[in-house]
Amino acid sequence: MDWVNAIVQGILLGGLYALFAAGLSLMFGVMRFVNIAHGDFIVLGAYGAMVAVAVTGLHPLWALVVVVPGMAALGYVGQRVMLNRTLGDDILPPLLVTFGFSVIIQNVLLEVFSADSQKLQAGWLETASIKLAPSLNIGVMPLLIFVSAVAVIGGLQAFFYKSSLGRVLRATSDDQDTVRLMGANNAQIFAYATAIASAVVGIAGVYLAMRTNFDPSVGPVRLLFAFEAVIIGGLGNLWGTLAGGIILGVSQAIGAQIDPGMQILAGHIAFLVVLVVKPRGLFPKMKG
Amino acid sequence: MADPVLETKGLEAFYGDFQALFGIDFSIHEGETVAIIGSNGAGKSTFLRAITGMLATKGQDISFLGEAVGGKSAHSLVKRGLAMVPEGRKLFPSLTVEENLLIGGYGRKGVEWTLDSIYDLFPILAERRHHGGTDLSGGQQQMVAIGRALISDPKLLLCDEISLGLAPIVIKDIYDAVPKIKSHGATVVVVEQDVNQAMAVADRVYCLQEGRVSLTGKPGELTRDQISAAYFGLEKEEIV
Repeated sequence: MDWVNAIVQGILLGGLYALFAAGLSLMFGVMRFVNIAHGDFIVLGAYGAMVAVAVTGLHPLWALVVVVPGMAALGYVGQRVMLNRTLGDDILPPLLVTFGFSVIIQNVLLEVFSADSQKLQAGWLETASIKLAPSLNIGVMPLLIFVSAVAVIGGLQAFFYKSSLGRVLRATSDDQDTVRLMGANNAQIFAYATAIASAVVGIAGVYLAMRTNFDPSVGPVRLLFAFEAVIIGGLGNLWGTLAGGIILGVSQAIGAQIDPGMQILAGHIAFLVVLVVKPRGLFPKMKG
Repeated sequence: MADPVLETKGLEAFYGDFQALFGIDFSIHEGETVAIIGSNGAGKSTFLRAITGMLATKGQDISFLGEAVGGKSAHSLVKRGLAMVPEGRKLFPSLTVEENLLIGGYGRKGVEWTLDSIYDLFPILAERRHHGGTDLSGGQQQMVAIGRALISDPKLLLCDEISLGLAPIVIKDIYDAVPKIKSHGATVVVVEQDVNQAMAVADRVYCLQEGRVSLTGKPGELTRDQISAAYFGLEKEEIV
């Protein structure tokens, strides 16, 4: 039963990883660029939630109302003002600039909030659980995070396939040049993509703050988990990203079951195995 | 005569330091079909890239519907009524046929051309509307590319090498659509390597050679020798 329990908890953890990864996957899909500061933006969202809770005194879930639009706006402006200038034939400038963002965000957070570890108290949500079997309980909060991840990815998928903007984002992913001949302004389309990705980052940040301890330096590890989930799932496939997150979560849970020190290593090993066996991920959609 | 729909005066274009166009004077009036012919590398596609804003040019050398549009972005030109069928079709592989058509109207919604009227023009596309855009045959893909350009109700339609790589019977089907397209009010520029095809469809012809206009005139008034000389860059005596 311990093993079943570990796998179930791993699946639920995978939901959080999928939330980390969805924004990264989306930005890479549309703009073909990797945001090195992605993990730090998640942590920024977590601190945003902390401030929102401190100011309003409301339950951390209410922080979503402020953090999600706030991050979306930040993403939109950041893309228009900074990142669009770095995009071109050379893939190096956006990498360097977002690496710079990563350093700056970590240091500003360190300056403002110190290196102390933080966590948002979610009250009854932290302890509430549902009994599935005599020795199998699932926490309401991990379940909520998992359900949110499925809803976010389902929502993004519907948006991409049902809306006019979603269609243009997919077309931009195919061919950035030709889409201009359709009357689409690349700079604008990219900013929309980053805004949507940043909104998801905001959700991930709030849940990160509620679920685990965080401090200004934890961003790069979130980036790594996000990366691994995207690559395991296959580039350009959002449901694949969810699957990738789940595989990563389950591998970590199984590793922890074997030996608590093995948790993180087991996730990396699973990633490595997928990379060796299927270098383009389990469910690739994108060419090249 | 009314102002031309599109006019260029002394248009020059560069790829980095390499000059690809040397002072092109070009004009097309409402309702006209103009063909641009020339061999590979003569500058035909570069000329289209320059007037669609995909390749940077200087400010005052292009006017579209009476407005100087040199240096304007490609998407803003689409909003003004310029549409292009790019060389190689360039359909979006992740989109279905219908989505490929609809995306043509992203920047500018048409009233003259709708999905229904495009399906009337190319009935086969209605049957294939839910197929992947790049799953179709070459000719059908070309029809999608033309429909995608039409759905924005262009004032000027630019077609780059729409017969390239297609079987003669398919080319005929595609060119048969041109009069219908014109009857909806578009003015058409076709870029062609196939001189006979160009002569058959055009009211006027421009021949480009090494980035310059080497000949211009009406198809009926140009002799084969003139065209050969302009196309290949040979003097008359050299043609055997």
